[in-house]
Amino acid sequence: MRELTGLYALWLREFIVFRRERSRIASALFMPLLWIFIFGTGLGSKVSIAGMDYRTFIFPGILSMAILFTSLFFGVYIVWDRKIDFLKEVMVAPLSRTTIFMGKVIGGITDSLLESAIILVFGLFIGISYTPYSLTVAYLFIILLAIGMVSMGLIIGSLMESPEGFGMVVSFVAFPMFFLSGALFHVDDLPAWLAFLVFLDPVTYAVDGLRGTLLGVSRFSLALDLALLALFSSSMVIIGTQIFNRMKV
Amino acid sequence: MIIEIEGLTKVYENKIRAVDDVSLDIEEGEVFGLLGPNGAGKTTLIHILATLIKPTAGTARVNGYDIMREQDMVRRSIGIVFQDPSSDDLLTGYENLKLHALMFNVPQAEREGRIRRLLELVGLSKRATDRVRYYSGGMRRRLELARGLLHSPRVLFLDEPTLGLDPQSREHVWGYIEELVKGGGLSIIITTHYMEEAERLCDRIAIIDQGKIAVLDTPRSLKEAIGGEVVRLKIKDPNLEDLDLNYIKKADRRGDYLYLTVEEASKHLQEILKRVGEVESVELRTPTLNDVFLHYTGKEMREGTPEGGYVERIIQARERR
Repeated sequence: MRELTGLYALWLREFIVFRRERSRIASALFMPLLWIFIFGTGLGSKVSIAGMDYRTFIFPGILSMAILFTSLFFGVYIVWDRKIDFLKEVMVAPLSRTTIFMGKVIGGITDSLLESAIILVFGLFIGISYTPYSLTVAYLFIILLAIGMVSMGLIIGSLMESPEGFGMVVSFVAFPMFFLSGALFHVDDLPAWLAFLVFLDPVTYAVDGLRGTLLGVSRFSLALDLALLALFSSSMVIIGTQIFNRMKV
Repeated sequence: MIIEIEGLTKVYENKIRAVDDVSLDIEEGEVFGLLGPNGAGKTTLIHILATLIKPTAGTARVNGYDIMREQDMVRRSIGIVFQDPSSDDLLTGYENLKLHALMFNVPQAEREGRIRRLLELVGLSKRATDRVRYYSGGMRRRLELARGLLHSPRVLFLDEPTLGLDPQSREHVWGYIEELVKGGGLSIIITTHYMEEAERLCDRIAIIDQGKIAVLDTPRSLKEAIGGEVVRLKIKDPNLEDLDLNYIKKADRRGDYLYLTVEEASKHLQEILKRVGEVESVELRTPTLNDVFLHYTGKEMREGTPEGGYVERIIQARERR
Protein backbone atom coordinates (compact mmCIF):
# COMPACT_ATOMS: atom_id res chain seq x y z
CA MET A 1 0.00 0.00 0.00
CA ARG A 2 2.85 2.36 0.92
CA GLU A 3 4.52 1.73 -2.42
CA LEU A 4 1.25 2.19 -4.32
CA THR A 5 0.59 5.55 -2.65
CA GLY A 6 4.15 6.54 -3.53
CA LEU A 7 3.65 5.41 -7.11
CA TYR A 8 0.51 7.53 -7.27
CA ALA A 9 2.40 10.55 -5.90
CA LEU A 10 5.16 10.20 -8.50
CA TRP A 11 2.64 9.86 -11.31
CA LEU A 12 0.58 12.78 -9.98
CA ARG A 13 3.60 15.05 -10.11
CA GLU A 14 4.31 14.17 -13.75
CA PHE A 15 0.68 14.65 -14.61
CA ILE A 16 0.40 18.08 -12.97
CA VAL A 17 3.54 19.25 -14.76
CA PHE A 18 2.27 17.81 -18.04
CA ARG A 19 -1.02 19.68 -17.62
CA ARG A 20 0.83 22.92 -16.95
CA GLU A 21 3.02 22.56 -20.02
CA ARG A 22 0.40 22.16 -22.70
CA SER A 23 2.85 23.31 -25.34
CA ARG A 24 4.54 19.96 -24.84
CA ILE A 25 1.67 18.07 -26.45
CA ALA A 26 1.27 20.60 -29.24
CA SER A 27 4.92 20.34 -30.22
CA ALA A 28 4.80 16.57 -29.94
CA LEU A 29 1.88 16.43 -32.37
CA PHE A 30 3.42 18.78 -34.90
CA MET A 31 5.88 16.37 -36.56
CA PRO A 32 3.54 13.38 -36.87
CA LEU A 33 0.87 15.55 -38.47
CA LEU A 34 3.40 16.96 -40.94
CA TRP A 35 4.42 13.45 -41.89
CA ILE A 36 0.88 12.22 -42.36
CA PHE A 37 -0.70 15.20 -44.07
CA ILE A 38 2.18 16.72 -46.04
CA PHE A 39 4.58 13.89 -46.72
CA GLY A 40 1.88 11.24 -46.83
CA THR A 41 -0.47 13.20 -49.06
CA GLY A 42 2.33 14.40 -51.33
CA LEU A 43 3.94 11.05 -51.93
CA GLY A 44 0.57 9.29 -51.76
CA SER A 45 -0.68 11.09 -54.87
CA LYS A 46 1.64 8.87 -56.94
CA VAL A 47 2.61 5.96 -54.67
CA SER A 48 0.67 3.12 -53.20
CA ILE A 49 1.89 0.11 -51.23
CA ALA A 50 0.13 -3.18 -50.55
CA GLY A 51 -2.96 -2.00 -52.34
CA MET A 52 -3.49 1.11 -50.26
CA ASP A 53 -2.45 4.70 -50.72
CA TYR A 54 0.87 5.66 -49.17
CA ARG A 55 -0.62 8.01 -46.59
CA THR A 56 -2.75 5.24 -45.14
CA PHE A 57 0.17 2.82 -45.28
CA ILE A 58 2.48 5.00 -43.19
CA PHE A 59 -0.17 5.97 -40.61
CA PRO A 60 0.71 3.16 -38.15
CA GLY A 61 4.39 3.94 -38.73
CA ILE A 62 3.93 7.62 -37.93
CA LEU A 63 1.89 6.72 -34.86
CA SER A 64 4.82 4.54 -33.73
CA MET A 65 7.25 7.34 -34.49
CA ALA A 66 5.27 9.75 -32.31
CA ILE A 67 5.32 7.29 -29.41
CA LEU A 68 9.01 6.51 -29.98
CA PHE A 69 10.08 10.15 -29.85
CA THR A 70 7.81 11.35 -27.06
CA SER A 71 8.67 8.36 -24.89
CA LEU A 72 12.41 8.36 -25.47
CA PHE A 73 12.74 12.11 -24.96
CA PHE A 74 10.75 11.87 -21.74
CA GLY A 75 13.99 10.56 -20.24
CA VAL A 76 15.28 14.13 -20.19
CA TYR A 77 13.08 14.78 -17.16
CA ILE A 78 15.22 12.52 -15.03
CA VAL A 79 18.21 14.67 -16.03
CA TRP A 80 16.19 17.72 -14.96
CA ASP A 81 15.13 16.11 -11.71
CA ARG A 82 18.77 15.66 -10.85
CA LYS A 83 19.62 19.19 -11.95
CA ILE A 84 16.90 20.87 -9.91
CA ASP A 85 17.72 18.50 -7.04
CA PHE A 86 14.17 17.19 -6.85
CA LEU A 87 15.71 13.74 -7.31
CA LYS A 88 17.23 14.01 -3.82
CA GLU A 89 13.79 14.64 -2.35
CA VAL A 90 12.50 11.52 -4.09
CA MET A 91 15.52 9.43 -3.14
CA VAL A 92 15.14 10.09 0.60
CA ALA A 93 11.51 8.94 0.49
CA PRO A 94 10.93 5.50 2.00
CA LEU A 95 10.11 3.96 -1.38
CA SER A 96 11.84 1.20 -3.29
CA ARG A 97 13.92 2.24 -6.30
CA THR A 98 11.65 0.03 -8.40
CA THR A 99 8.66 2.14 -7.37
CA ILE A 100 10.55 5.33 -8.17
CA PHE A 101 11.45 3.99 -11.61
CA MET A 102 7.93 2.77 -12.32
CA GLY A 103 6.43 6.08 -11.16
CA LYS A 104 8.51 7.84 -13.77
CA VAL A 105 7.60 5.24 -16.42
CA ILE A 106 3.87 5.58 -15.76
CA GLY A 107 4.21 9.36 -15.83
CA GLY A 108 5.94 9.10 -19.20
CA ILE A 109 3.54 6.70 -20.85
CA THR A 110 0.64 8.94 -19.84
CA ASP A 111 2.02 11.57 -22.22
CA SER A 112 2.41 9.00 -25.00
CA LEU A 113 -1.04 7.51 -24.52
CA LEU A 114 -2.77 10.88 -24.74
CA GLU A 115 -0.78 11.79 -27.81
CA SER A 116 -1.62 8.45 -29.45
CA ALA A 117 -5.32 9.01 -28.81
CA ILE A 118 -5.19 12.34 -30.62
CA ILE A 119 -3.28 10.86 -33.57
CA LEU A 120 -5.80 8.03 -33.79
CA VAL A 121 -8.56 10.62 -34.07
CA PHE A 122 -6.70 12.24 -36.96
CA GLY A 123 -6.64 8.79 -38.55
CA LEU A 124 -10.39 9.11 -39.04
CA PHE A 125 -9.78 12.07 -41.37
CA ILE A 126 -7.64 9.99 -43.71
CA GLY A 127 -10.20 7.22 -43.86
CA ILE A 128 -8.98 4.76 -41.27
CA SER A 129 -11.79 2.96 -39.51
CA TYR A 130 -11.58 1.33 -36.12
CA THR A 131 -13.35 -1.50 -34.40
CA PRO A 132 -13.31 -2.01 -30.63
CA TYR A 133 -11.10 -5.03 -31.26
CA SER A 134 -8.59 -3.24 -33.48
CA LEU A 135 -8.36 -0.34 -31.02
CA THR A 136 -7.82 -2.67 -28.07
CA VAL A 137 -5.02 -4.52 -29.83
CA ALA A 138 -3.57 -1.22 -31.07
CA TYR A 139 -3.47 0.12 -27.52
CA LEU A 140 -1.71 -3.02 -26.38
CA PHE A 141 1.07 -2.26 -28.86
CA ILE A 142 1.08 1.43 -28.01
CA ILE A 143 1.43 0.75 -24.28
CA LEU A 144 4.18 -1.83 -24.76
CA LEU A 145 6.14 0.42 -27.09
CA ALA A 146 5.73 3.39 -24.73
CA ILE A 147 6.86 1.37 -21.70
CA GLY A 148 9.93 0.13 -23.55
CA MET A 149 10.91 3.51 -24.92
CA VAL A 150 10.23 5.52 -21.75
CA SER A 151 12.37 2.99 -19.89
CA MET A 152 15.13 3.28 -22.47
CA GLY A 153 14.96 7.08 -22.26
CA LEU A 154 15.16 6.96 -18.46
CA ILE A 155 18.12 4.58 -18.65
CA ILE A 156 19.97 6.99 -20.92
CA GLY A 157 18.83 9.94 -18.80
CA SER A 158 20.05 8.42 -15.56
CA LEU A 159 23.51 8.04 -17.08
CA MET A 160 23.69 11.60 -18.44
CA GLU A 161 24.74 14.79 -16.69
CA SER A 162 23.25 17.43 -18.97
CA PRO A 163 20.04 17.83 -20.98
CA GLU A 164 22.11 18.74 -24.05
CA GLY A 165 24.12 15.54 -23.80
CA PHE A 166 20.92 13.60 -23.37
CA GLY A 167 19.45 15.17 -26.51
CA MET A 168 22.50 14.22 -28.55
CA VAL A 169 22.57 10.62 -27.43
CA VAL A 170 18.84 10.11 -27.84
CA SER A 171 18.85 11.56 -31.36
CA PHE A 172 21.51 9.02 -32.26
CA VAL A 173 19.23 6.27 -31.01
CA ALA A 174 15.82 7.57 -32.03
CA PHE A 175 16.36 8.39 -35.70
CA PRO A 176 17.88 5.03 -36.74
CA MET A 177 15.13 3.24 -34.83
CA PHE A 178 12.51 5.26 -36.67
CA PHE A 179 13.98 4.83 -40.16
CA LEU A 180 14.73 1.13 -39.69
CA SER A 181 11.31 0.31 -38.31
CA GLY A 182 9.55 0.02 -41.66
CA ALA A 183 7.39 3.00 -40.71
CA LEU A 184 7.86 4.40 -44.21
CA PHE A 185 8.36 1.25 -46.31
CA HIS A 186 7.40 -2.37 -46.65
CA VAL A 187 9.84 -4.69 -44.92
CA ASP A 188 9.46 -7.47 -47.50
CA ASP A 189 12.07 -8.03 -50.19
CA LEU A 190 14.78 -5.86 -48.59
CA PRO A 191 18.50 -6.45 -49.24
CA ALA A 192 19.84 -8.82 -46.59
CA TRP A 193 21.95 -6.23 -44.74
CA LEU A 194 19.00 -3.88 -44.39
CA ALA A 195 16.58 -6.65 -43.47
CA PHE A 196 18.99 -7.67 -40.72
CA LEU A 197 19.02 -4.18 -39.20
CA VAL A 198 15.27 -3.82 -39.62
CA PHE A 199 14.56 -7.04 -37.77
CA LEU A 200 16.92 -6.00 -34.99
CA ASP A 201 14.90 -2.84 -34.36
CA PRO A 202 12.22 -3.36 -31.70
CA VAL A 203 10.07 -0.61 -33.22
CA THR A 204 9.67 -2.79 -36.33
CA TYR A 205 7.40 -5.10 -34.36
CA ALA A 206 5.28 -2.24 -33.06
CA VAL A 207 4.85 -0.83 -36.56
CA ASP A 208 4.09 -4.27 -37.99
CA GLY A 209 1.61 -5.05 -35.21
CA LEU A 210 -0.18 -1.71 -35.51
CA ARG A 211 -0.32 -2.05 -39.29
CA GLY A 212 -1.72 -5.53 -38.83
CA THR A 213 -4.47 -4.56 -36.46
CA LEU A 214 -5.39 -1.18 -38.01
CA LEU A 215 -4.95 -1.97 -41.72
CA GLY A 216 -4.92 -5.74 -41.90
CA VAL A 217 -1.43 -5.90 -43.51
CA SER A 218 1.53 -7.34 -41.67
CA ARG A 219 4.79 -9.17 -42.20
CA PHE A 220 4.64 -11.23 -39.02
CA SER A 221 1.79 -12.65 -36.99
CA LEU A 222 0.32 -10.34 -34.34
CA ALA A 223 1.28 -12.85 -31.67
CA LEU A 224 4.94 -12.80 -32.73
CA ASP A 225 4.97 -8.98 -32.91
CA LEU A 226 3.41 -8.78 -29.48
CA ALA A 227 5.78 -11.33 -27.96
CA LEU A 228 8.94 -9.69 -29.32
CA LEU A 229 7.81 -6.21 -28.31
CA ALA A 230 6.89 -7.45 -24.84
CA LEU A 231 10.31 -9.07 -24.56
CA PHE A 232 12.01 -5.80 -25.47
CA SER A 233 9.91 -3.72 -23.09
CA SER A 234 10.26 -6.01 -20.13
CA SER A 235 14.04 -6.14 -20.63
CA MET A 236 14.13 -2.35 -20.61
CA VAL A 237 12.09 -2.22 -17.41
CA ILE A 238 14.40 -4.73 -15.74
CA ILE A 239 17.57 -2.91 -16.82
CA GLY A 240 16.07 0.44 -15.83
CA THR A 241 15.16 -0.80 -12.36
CA GLN A 242 18.68 -2.15 -11.91
CA ILE A 243 20.21 1.15 -12.97
CA PHE A 244 17.93 3.17 -10.68
CA ASN A 245 18.97 0.91 -7.84
CA ARG A 246 22.56 1.92 -8.35
CA MET A 247 21.95 5.51 -9.38
CA LYS A 248 23.82 8.24 -7.51
CA VAL A 249 22.03 11.44 -6.64
CA MET B 1 21.33 8.14 21.50
CA ILE B 2 19.38 9.20 18.46
CA ILE B 3 22.45 8.96 16.21
CA GLU B 4 25.47 6.74 16.70
CA ILE B 5 28.33 7.05 14.23
CA GLU B 6 31.31 4.72 14.26
CA GLY B 7 34.39 5.13 12.15
CA LEU B 8 32.45 6.55 9.23
CA THR B 9 34.62 7.13 6.16
CA LYS B 10 33.85 8.19 2.62
CA VAL B 11 36.50 8.18 -0.06
CA TYR B 12 35.30 9.48 -3.42
CA GLU B 13 36.47 8.15 -6.75
CA ASN B 14 38.94 11.00 -7.03
CA LYS B 15 40.56 9.67 -3.82
CA ILE B 16 39.35 12.61 -1.74
CA ARG B 17 38.57 11.56 1.82
CA ALA B 18 35.46 13.66 2.32
CA VAL B 19 34.69 12.00 5.64
CA ASP B 20 37.62 10.51 7.49
CA ASP B 21 36.99 8.07 10.32
CA VAL B 22 34.30 10.07 12.11
CA SER B 23 32.82 8.71 15.35
CA LEU B 24 30.12 10.64 17.10
CA ASP B 25 27.04 10.25 19.29
CA ILE B 26 24.15 12.65 19.19
CA GLU B 27 21.59 12.72 21.95
CA GLU B 28 17.86 12.79 21.62
CA GLY B 29 16.44 16.31 21.62
CA GLU B 30 19.83 17.84 20.97
CA VAL B 31 20.59 20.58 18.45
CA PHE B 32 23.94 19.55 17.07
CA GLY B 33 26.08 21.72 14.84
CA LEU B 34 28.60 20.60 12.26
CA LEU B 35 30.76 23.63 11.69
CA GLY B 36 33.37 23.88 9.01
CA PRO B 37 34.37 25.58 5.78
CA ASN B 38 33.05 24.56 2.37
CA GLY B 39 34.39 21.18 1.35
CA ALA B 40 35.02 20.08 4.93
CA GLY B 41 32.77 17.05 4.47
CA LYS B 42 29.68 18.23 6.35
CA THR B 43 27.24 17.62 3.50
CA THR B 44 28.75 14.24 2.68
CA LEU B 45 28.35 13.20 6.31
CA ILE B 46 24.69 14.24 6.33
CA HIS B 47 24.01 12.52 3.02
CA ILE B 48 25.50 9.31 4.37
CA LEU B 49 23.25 9.51 7.44
CA ALA B 50 20.26 10.19 5.16
CA THR B 51 21.07 7.04 3.10
CA LEU B 52 21.81 9.00 -0.07
CA ILE B 53 25.49 8.05 -0.16
CA LYS B 54 27.02 4.74 0.86
CA PRO B 55 29.99 5.03 3.19
CA THR B 56 33.31 3.48 2.20
CA ALA B 57 33.81 2.20 5.75
CA GLY B 58 32.22 2.41 9.16
CA THR B 59 28.65 2.24 10.36
CA ALA B 60 25.97 4.49 11.75
CA ARG B 61 22.58 4.11 13.36
CA VAL B 62 19.86 6.71 13.13
CA ASN B 63 16.95 6.37 15.55
CA GLY B 64 18.30 2.87 16.22
CA TYR B 65 18.24 1.79 12.57
CA ASP B 66 21.31 0.81 10.58
CA ILE B 67 21.91 3.17 7.64
CA MET B 68 22.96 0.30 5.37
CA ARG B 69 20.60 -2.52 6.34
CA GLU B 70 17.47 -0.63 7.41
CA GLN B 71 17.38 2.23 4.92
CA ASP B 72 13.60 2.47 4.75
CA MET B 73 13.27 2.81 8.51
CA VAL B 74 16.05 5.41 8.55
CA ARG B 75 14.26 7.39 5.85
CA ARG B 76 11.02 7.30 7.79
CA SER B 77 12.81 8.60 10.88
CA ILE B 78 14.42 11.62 9.29
CA GLY B 79 13.50 14.87 7.61
CA ILE B 80 16.04 16.77 5.58
CA VAL B 81 16.36 20.25 4.17
CA PHE B 82 19.00 20.16 1.48
CA GLN B 83 21.56 22.84 0.86
CA ASP B 84 20.25 23.44 -2.67
CA PRO B 85 16.57 24.05 -3.38
CA SER B 86 14.93 20.71 -4.08
CA SER B 87 11.25 21.49 -4.56
CA ASP B 88 9.60 21.34 -7.98
CA ASP B 89 9.15 24.93 -9.06
CA LEU B 90 6.41 24.09 -11.57
CA LEU B 91 4.24 22.92 -8.69
CA THR B 92 2.62 25.08 -6.03
CA GLY B 93 3.84 25.07 -2.45
CA TYR B 94 0.79 23.07 -1.42
CA GLU B 95 1.36 20.51 -4.19
CA ASN B 96 4.98 20.02 -3.16
CA LEU B 97 3.84 19.31 0.37
CA LYS B 98 1.04 17.00 -0.75
CA LEU B 99 3.39 14.90 -2.88
CA HIS B 100 5.78 14.64 0.03
CA ALA B 101 2.95 13.52 2.33
CA LEU B 102 1.96 10.85 -0.19
CA MET B 103 5.50 9.62 -0.70
CA PHE B 104 6.03 9.39 3.05
CA ASN B 105 2.61 7.83 3.54
CA VAL B 106 1.25 10.37 6.00
CA PRO B 107 -2.15 8.92 7.01
CA GLN B 108 -4.87 10.39 4.84
CA ALA B 109 -6.91 11.59 7.82
CA GLU B 110 -4.01 13.75 9.02
CA ARG B 111 -2.65 14.89 5.67
CA GLU B 112 -4.56 18.10 5.06
CA GLY B 113 -4.46 19.20 8.69
CA ARG B 114 -0.71 18.78 8.94
CA ILE B 115 -0.08 20.58 5.67
CA ARG B 116 -2.23 23.48 6.83
CA ARG B 117 -0.51 23.70 10.23
CA LEU B 118 2.97 23.62 8.76
CA LEU B 119 2.17 26.19 6.10
CA GLU B 120 0.99 28.38 8.94
CA LEU B 121 4.11 27.73 11.00
CA VAL B 122 6.40 28.92 8.20
CA GLY B 123 4.07 31.78 7.25
CA LEU B 124 3.19 30.55 3.76
CA SER B 125 -0.56 29.92 4.10
CA LYS B 126 -1.40 32.80 1.80
CA ARG B 127 1.06 31.76 -0.88
CA ALA B 128 0.23 28.03 -0.78
CA THR B 129 -1.45 27.99 -4.18
CA ASP B 130 1.29 29.96 -5.94
CA ARG B 131 3.84 28.10 -7.96
CA VAL B 132 7.16 27.75 -6.19
CA ARG B 133 8.73 29.44 -9.22
CA TYR B 134 7.35 32.73 -7.91
CA TYR B 135 8.68 32.29 -4.35
CA SER B 136 11.65 34.21 -3.02
CA GLY B 137 14.70 32.29 -1.83
CA GLY B 138 13.65 32.68 1.78
CA MET B 139 10.09 31.50 1.11
CA ARG B 140 11.37 28.46 -0.70
CA ARG B 141 13.65 27.58 2.19
CA ARG B 142 10.72 27.88 4.57
CA LEU B 143 8.58 25.67 2.35
CA GLU B 144 11.29 23.02 2.35
CA LEU B 145 11.59 23.29 6.10
CA ALA B 146 7.85 22.62 6.36
CA ARG B 147 8.23 19.72 3.95
CA GLY B 148 11.00 18.18 6.04
CA LEU B 149 8.72 18.21 9.08
CA LEU B 150 5.58 16.95 7.34
CA HIS B 151 6.02 13.27 8.18
CA SER B 152 6.88 14.03 11.84
CA PRO B 153 10.50 12.86 11.78
CA ARG B 154 12.52 12.14 14.92
CA VAL B 155 15.62 13.73 13.43
CA LEU B 156 15.81 16.81 11.24
CA PHE B 157 18.86 17.50 9.11
CA LEU B 158 19.39 21.09 8.03
CA ASP B 159 22.19 21.50 5.52
CA GLU B 160 23.27 25.17 5.59
CA PRO B 161 19.71 26.30 6.37
CA THR B 162 20.39 30.00 5.86
CA LEU B 163 23.08 29.98 3.17
CA GLY B 164 22.53 32.85 0.78
CA LEU B 165 19.50 34.24 2.61
CA ASP B 166 19.16 37.90 3.48
CA PRO B 167 19.44 38.83 7.18
CA GLN B 168 15.68 39.07 7.64
CA SER B 169 14.94 35.66 6.13
CA ARG B 170 17.79 34.22 8.14
CA GLU B 171 16.26 35.60 11.32
CA HIS B 172 12.92 33.99 10.32
CA VAL B 173 14.46 30.58 9.75
CA TRP B 174 16.30 30.76 13.07
CA GLY B 175 13.05 31.68 14.75
CA TYR B 176 11.29 28.61 13.34
CA ILE B 177 14.13 26.34 14.39
CA GLU B 178 13.99 27.74 17.92
CA GLU B 179 10.21 27.14 17.95
CA LEU B 180 10.76 23.52 16.94
CA VAL B 181 13.33 22.99 19.65
CA LYS B 182 10.92 24.31 22.27
CA GLY B 183 8.40 21.67 21.24
CA GLY B 184 10.91 19.03 22.39
CA GLY B 185 11.56 15.49 21.21
CA LEU B 186 13.01 16.49 17.85
CA SER B 187 16.75 16.19 17.35
CA ILE B 188 18.28 18.60 14.88
CA ILE B 189 21.60 18.37 13.07
CA ILE B 190 22.69 21.59 11.43
CA THR B 191 25.63 22.09 9.13
CA THR B 192 26.81 25.63 8.80
CA HIS B 193 29.78 27.79 8.18
CA TYR B 194 28.16 30.74 9.91
CA MET B 195 29.61 31.08 13.40
CA GLU B 196 26.69 33.16 14.55
CA GLU B 197 24.25 30.46 13.51
CA ALA B 198 26.10 27.70 15.31
CA GLU B 199 26.46 29.78 18.42
CA ARG B 200 22.83 30.81 18.57
CA LEU B 201 21.18 27.47 17.86
CA CYS B 202 23.43 24.61 18.87
CA ASP B 203 23.78 22.73 22.15
CA ARG B 204 27.00 21.16 20.96
CA ILE B 205 29.27 21.84 18.02
CA ALA B 206 31.73 19.65 16.18
CA ILE B 207 34.31 21.54 14.20
CA ILE B 208 35.00 19.62 11.01
CA ASP B 209 38.10 20.11 8.95
CA GLN B 210 39.12 17.95 6.01
CA GLY B 211 36.66 15.22 6.92
CA LYS B 212 37.79 14.92 10.52
CA ILE B 213 36.33 16.20 13.76
CA ALA B 214 38.87 18.68 15.06
CA VAL B 215 37.04 19.28 18.31
CA LEU B 216 33.60 18.72 19.83
CA ASP B 217 32.03 20.56 22.75
CA THR B 218 29.44 23.13 23.78
CA PRO B 219 29.95 26.57 22.25
CA ARG B 220 30.79 27.96 25.67
CA SER B 221 33.42 25.36 26.58
CA LEU B 222 34.95 25.68 23.16
CA LYS B 223 35.49 29.33 23.74
CA GLU B 224 36.70 28.84 27.29
CA ALA B 225 39.18 26.26 26.12
CA ILE B 226 41.08 28.96 24.33
CA GLY B 227 42.01 30.14 27.79
CA GLY B 228 41.81 33.87 27.58
CA GLU B 229 40.87 36.80 25.44
CA VAL B 230 42.12 37.55 21.98
CA VAL B 231 44.28 40.55 21.28
CA ARG B 232 44.63 41.49 17.65
CA LEU B 233 47.44 43.84 16.76
CA LYS B 234 48.08 45.44 13.42
CA ILE B 235 51.83 45.60 13.35
CA LYS B 236 54.58 45.45 10.76
CA ASP B 237 57.54 44.19 12.75
CA PRO B 238 56.48 42.56 15.97
CA ASN B 239 59.18 42.02 18.48
CA LEU B 240 58.25 38.47 19.39
CA GLU B 241 61.27 37.61 21.49
CA ASP B 242 60.37 39.96 24.29
CA LEU B 243 56.85 38.58 24.39
CA ASP B 244 57.70 35.20 25.84
CA LEU B 245 55.59 35.74 28.93
CA ASN B 246 53.52 33.45 31.15
CA TYR B 247 50.16 35.03 30.44
CA ILE B 248 50.40 34.71 26.63
CA LYS B 249 48.93 31.35 25.69
CA LYS B 250 49.36 31.53 21.99
CA ALA B 251 50.69 33.80 19.28
CA ASP B 252 49.72 33.64 15.62
CA ARG B 253 50.91 35.85 12.83
CA ARG B 254 48.57 36.25 9.86
CA GLY B 255 49.43 38.88 7.29
CA ASP B 256 49.76 42.24 8.95
CA TYR B 257 48.08 41.00 12.08
CA LEU B 258 49.39 39.40 15.20
CA TYR B 259 46.87 37.37 17.20
CA LEU B 260 47.64 36.79 20.85
CA THR B 261 45.61 34.72 23.25
CA VAL B 262 46.08 36.36 26.60
CA GLU B 263 44.93 35.55 30.13
CA GLU B 264 43.40 38.54 31.87
CA ALA B 265 44.19 40.60 28.83
CA SER B 266 43.00 43.96 30.08
CA LYS B 267 45.48 43.76 32.90
CA HIS B 268 48.42 42.84 30.68
CA LEU B 269 47.67 44.86 27.59
CA GLN B 270 49.85 47.79 28.58
CA GLU B 271 52.90 45.60 29.04
CA ILE B 272 52.35 43.83 25.74
CA LEU B 273 52.13 47.09 23.86
CA LYS B 274 55.29 48.30 25.50
CA ARG B 275 57.28 45.30 24.36
CA VAL B 276 55.89 44.36 21.00
CA GLY B 277 56.98 47.44 19.08
CA GLU B 278 55.16 50.05 17.07
CA VAL B 279 51.47 49.13 16.70
CA GLU B 280 49.05 50.57 14.14
CA SER B 281 45.87 49.39 15.82
CA VAL B 282 44.73 47.20 18.70
CA GLU B 283 41.59 45.16 19.22
CA LEU B 284 40.70 43.24 22.35
CA ARG B 285 37.83 40.77 22.34
CA THR B 286 36.45 37.68 23.99
CA PRO B 287 37.04 34.65 21.77
CA THR B 288 34.53 33.91 19.01
CA LEU B 289 33.98 30.56 17.36
CA ASN B 290 36.11 31.94 14.56
CA ASP B 291 38.99 32.12 17.00
CA VAL B 292 38.13 28.61 18.15
CA PHE B 293 38.24 27.43 14.58
CA LEU B 294 41.58 29.11 14.03
CA HIS B 295 42.86 27.67 17.28
CA TYR B 296 42.03 24.06 16.41
CA THR B 297 42.65 23.96 12.70
CA GLY B 298 45.27 26.64 12.25
CA LYS B 299 43.07 28.13 9.53
CA GLU B 300 40.88 31.15 9.27
CA MET B 301 37.24 30.54 8.57
CA ARG B 302 35.62 33.07 6.30
CA GLU B 303 31.93 33.66 6.20
CA GLY B 304 29.76 33.81 3.15
CA THR B 305 32.05 32.11 0.67
CA PRO B 306 30.15 32.09 -2.60
CA GLU B 307 29.99 28.37 -3.25
CA GLY B 308 26.81 28.94 -5.19
CA GLY B 309 24.36 30.50 -2.81
CA TYR B 310 20.84 29.27 -2.46
CA VAL B 311 19.28 32.15 -4.33
CA GLU B 312 21.77 31.99 -7.20
CA ARG B 313 20.99 28.30 -7.59
CA ILE B 314 17.29 29.06 -7.90
CA ILE B 315 17.97 31.64 -10.57
CA GLN B 316 20.19 29.25 -12.49
CA ALA B 317 17.66 26.43 -12.29
CA ARG B 318 14.94 28.76 -13.49
CA GLU B 319 16.94 29.88 -16.49
CA ARG B 320 17.74 26.33 -17.45
CA ARG B 321 14.20 25.08 -17.36
